[in-house]
Amino acid sequence: MQSIAVYPVIAGDFSLAGDASGQIKRTLKRLGVDAATLRRISIGTYEAEINLVIHTVGGQIELLMDDTQVSIVVKDNGPGIPDIDKAMTEGWSTASDHARDMGFGAGMGLPNMARNADKFDIESQVGVGTTITMTFNI
Amino acid sequence: MTARDICTLLDAKVLCCGNRLDTQVDSAFGSDMMSDVLAFVKDSTVLLTGLVNSQSLRTAALMDLPCIVYVRGKRPAPDVIDMAEMDDILLLATEYSMYETCGRLFSAGLPGVDLGGK
Repeated sequence: MQSIAVYPVIAGDFSLAGDASGQIKRTLKRLGVDAATLRRISIGTYEAEINLVIHTVGGQIELLMDDTQVSIVVKDNGPGIPDIDKAMTEGWSTASDHARDMGFGAGMGLPNMARNADKFDIESQVGVGTTITMTFNI
Repeated sequence: MTARDICTLLDAKVLCCGNRLDTQVDSAFGSDMMSDVLAFVKDSTVLLTGLVNSQSLRTAALMDLPCIVYVRGKRPAPDVIDMAEMDDILLLATEYSMYETCGRLFSAGLPGVDLGGK
């Protein structure tokens, strides 16, 4: 699969949150991805970008693509998730009051990424970081 | 129902993209939590919200929502309106509360997003 672009995401900066997702959406639209699939990719990517802003020390989103699939690979540099099963539970959240004031932190992010992707993988190590891979058939 | 009908029912002001007033809208979803919008909104839905920051606009843009109604007299900042112009999203503003906004639209026949409730 070919790497199309890598977008850095800054922790705590809500003013730019969603910018990378918007760029990815525009790129994939230009490359001819259909509207329904593009919507699923956009939702998953935006959820991941918001999580980077709210919960991590910063990270990046990489867009990869071949003739049949799009992959969104989200990596951060910590703090890592101690209990992935709990983090995948709808409604469970450790988001701050500030994140909630910004309209996020309902505990729907990870489950919603998994629901929208055709394949969802998450690996995390406390003190090291988390990598999420969402794959979409196109 | 069209966005123009919504505008009339809510005595709303058009903040931008008035060229989209004839857009057909199938349902409405009212929330200040964009997390819930991302999780539950499915179709050609109008978003009713009191959240006026840029995330309301980014959420609508990424989900291809045609229209946002800002409730209880809230107004987004000019930079948010500029973003809406670029993404061609109709912005309306009403003085009514979220409760009254929902009530007026539901009474006029606009359903909520189907979440499976009986």
